[in-house]
Amino acid sequence: MDPLIRVSGLRFRYPDGTEALKGVDFELFPGETVILLGANGSGKTTFALHLNGLLEGEGQIRVCGLPMDKISLPEIRRRVGMVFQDADEQLFMPTVMEDVTYGPLNLGVEPAEAMRLAREALEQTGMSAAHAKAPYHLSAGEKRRVAIAGVLAMRPDILILDEPTTSLDPPGQRDLVDLLTALPQSKIVTTHDIAFARAIGTRAVFFEKGSIAALGTVGDIASRFGWEPLPRG
Amino acid sequence: MHIPDGFLATPVWAALDLAAIPAVGLIARRSQAGLEDARAPLLGVMGAFVFAAQMINFPVGVGTSGHLVGGTLLACTLGPSAAVVVMTAILAVQALVFQDGGLLALGANVMNMAVAGVLAGYLPFHYWGQGPWRRAAIFLGGVLSVLVSAFLTLAQLRISGIPMPSAVLGLSMALFLVSALVEGAVTLAVFGALEKMNPGWVRKPAGAISRLRGALAAGALLMASLGALVASGLPDGLESAAAKLGIHERAWNLFETPLLDYELQFAEPVWMRKVAAGLVGLAIIYLLCAALSRWLLRRRSP
Amino acid sequence: MHYLVMEEWARRDSPLHRRDARVKMILLLVFLVWIGTARPAQPEAYAAYASILLVAALASRLPLLSLLWRAALVLPFAATFALLSWMAGDAERAASLVLKSSFSAFAVLLVVATTPMPALLAAVESLAAPKMLVMVVQFLYRYLFVLSEKAQHMWMAAQCRGGIRRASAGGAIAVLFASSHARAEGIHRAMLARGFAGHMPLIRPSSLHWLDISFLATGILVLSLGRWLWIL
Repeated sequence: MDPLIRVSGLRFRYPDGTEALKGVDFELFPGETVILLGANGSGKTTFALHLNGLLEGEGQIRVCGLPMDKISLPEIRRRVGMVFQDADEQLFMPTVMEDVTYGPLNLGVEPAEAMRLAREALEQTGMSAAHAKAPYHLSAGEKRRVAIAGVLAMRPDILILDEPTTSLDPPGQRDLVDLLTALPQSKIVTTHDIAFARAIGTRAVFFEKGSIAALGTVGDIASRFGWEPLPRG
Repeated sequence: MHIPDGFLATPVWAALDLAAIPAVGLIARRSQAGLEDARAPLLGVMGAFVFAAQMINFPVGVGTSGHLVGGTLLACTLGPSAAVVVMTAILAVQALVFQDGGLLALGANVMNMAVAGVLAGYLPFHYWGQGPWRRAAIFLGGVLSVLVSAFLTLAQLRISGIPMPSAVLGLSMALFLVSALVEGAVTLAVFGALEKMNPGWVRKPAGAISRLRGALAAGALLMASLGALVASGLPDGLESAAAKLGIHERAWNLFETPLLDYELQFAEPVWMRKVAAGLVGLAIIYLLCAALSRWLLRRRSP
Repeated sequence: MHYLVMEEWARRDSPLHRRDARVKMILLLVFLVWIGTARPAQPEAYAAYASILLVAALASRLPLLSLLWRAALVLPFAATFALLSWMAGDAERAASLVLKSSFSAFAVLLVVATTPMPALLAAVESLAAPKMLVMVVQFLYRYLFVLSEKAQHMWMAAQCRGGIRRASAGGAIAVLFASSHARAEGIHRAMLARGFAGHMPLIRPSSLHWLDISFLATGILVLSLGRWLWIL
């Protein structure tokens, strides 16, 4: 099986000179949900931003067989749906419906078809009732689901979610788990929430100071690096 | 300082609406700088920032507090063209959503605050923003932006026949002066803090334009506003000029005086004649400022 | 907050709510021009305008007293100059200032309170407003609440620690600036991630209903007739 994403020797330096990624190799296979674990500042989000071309580093990245270059970029951005940590930055249109149709319309889809795709995506995420609402009237969980809908409307093959459980209450987290496990796309998820990672992850990758320190199952990585949450009781 | 509908005489608000459209249109296009729609989110968010910042009250001493108007701060960080667009958007939202300022009067408010005010706020920084006088330049910019807007507002109200006995005028000017000083102080304080956080936010004024032209532009702006205010309050000299020139039934006689007569009859053509001169004068001043500023901006941008 | 009330009102339903935003904008502008150019000396004119506004207010099914209260915010400013005019012996202008400004404010309030902002902006844009400006207003409005809330939180947190003094106020506003800027960058990234290639996509407003056309025609007719008869 060919990997959906193949990264070789990815290096990235911030404008101020700090080396954020020091030669990362990575592969994502169809059907996987890979969890990116690591301390804040270890490079996991920086890494994720390279996968749809928002950041440009040195090294090789191939997504669905396409090289990461200017010509393939629009297609790559359609296939790799990114859900950002701050839902308020992601939902920048005045209403939910306008936001979810934003992606398809950018792809050149006809307005009527874009609305159909949007309605489908909203149904998939259980947010059909909110189509006329303004984003700031939604709860954190609802915003998260609308953000996912906005990405699903573009029919991606891969979903990348950056700290998706931020601000979610336990029911919201459970709903998110149900939603993500039901979606057929392959996924990459950065998170600090080990319980969440265990619930959805097929394997995990541990980032440390800009490189991948280990690969394994979520449980392995968690115990090896002491990445468990505070003990109960 | 937002003028509601129903205050300005028809030729005044109409002319200012007509002046505002090309002024803002041209500046909006310039602020896009070939980046198409990419700047809209930044400008919109910074507009929201100004709204939010206006909620933070600045203790001014003597038990009062003021708040940031924002034009100068925006001009010194985002650049004057962007600042004009953001301030226009703010005024539009204030007029529509908060009914603060009229819709027909929006052109006037835009010219006063978003165009003249921003330019007046930016010019000192443009010339002295990179030297030992930088702090003074920013403070001066803040002060000028409020004063110029205030003068123009008062002038337009007076030309429209709104009565303003000297006591009221004096009081208004005093209040505006206080606001102007507050704006200068707040802008300077915020600017200082911003610089410490990230020097990259501070705009590098491209000092390519000669000092002389800059002084001319600043002088023109200040004189225009002061002049409009003063001219609108001097009916006597202008009246005698009108008598000499005569009044014709239908045509607008360009150099007729605005008779600041409290019996302006809006419905009949007489008012047109009476207000024409002052308005045309003001329009000329605006065109001069607009041309100068456009020229300056063209010279400045790469 | 005021605009939250307006938002909620704009989402209700009524004969006025259902009319097309473009028609409402056009009629509003004509109405404002009519009021602006009305002769100040005629009480019948003011009565006529007031009746039109009352009918429209009733058609909007919004709480009348609330509407009047919000439109009255322009009164202090107008009343001051009205007083000055009256003291100068110009009772006509005094009445004109108060009535024209409050009627105009009420008309604008009615339209904005019965039209959701996205529809209003789409209408303004289709009436040839510069696209860049409309988009800036759209983003401004979208983030108005978010940033105001943030500013409020900052304010409250500072009060808990003894209040805001001059130096710290500058710092607080600078922090707000910085986070707003960062947010704008985040938005830009999110736009790029969903395929932004230089132009904001637009959903064209729907075509006009016959009711909208008749509403527009009736409005224009009434105003024109009124002006011809010099009532309005």
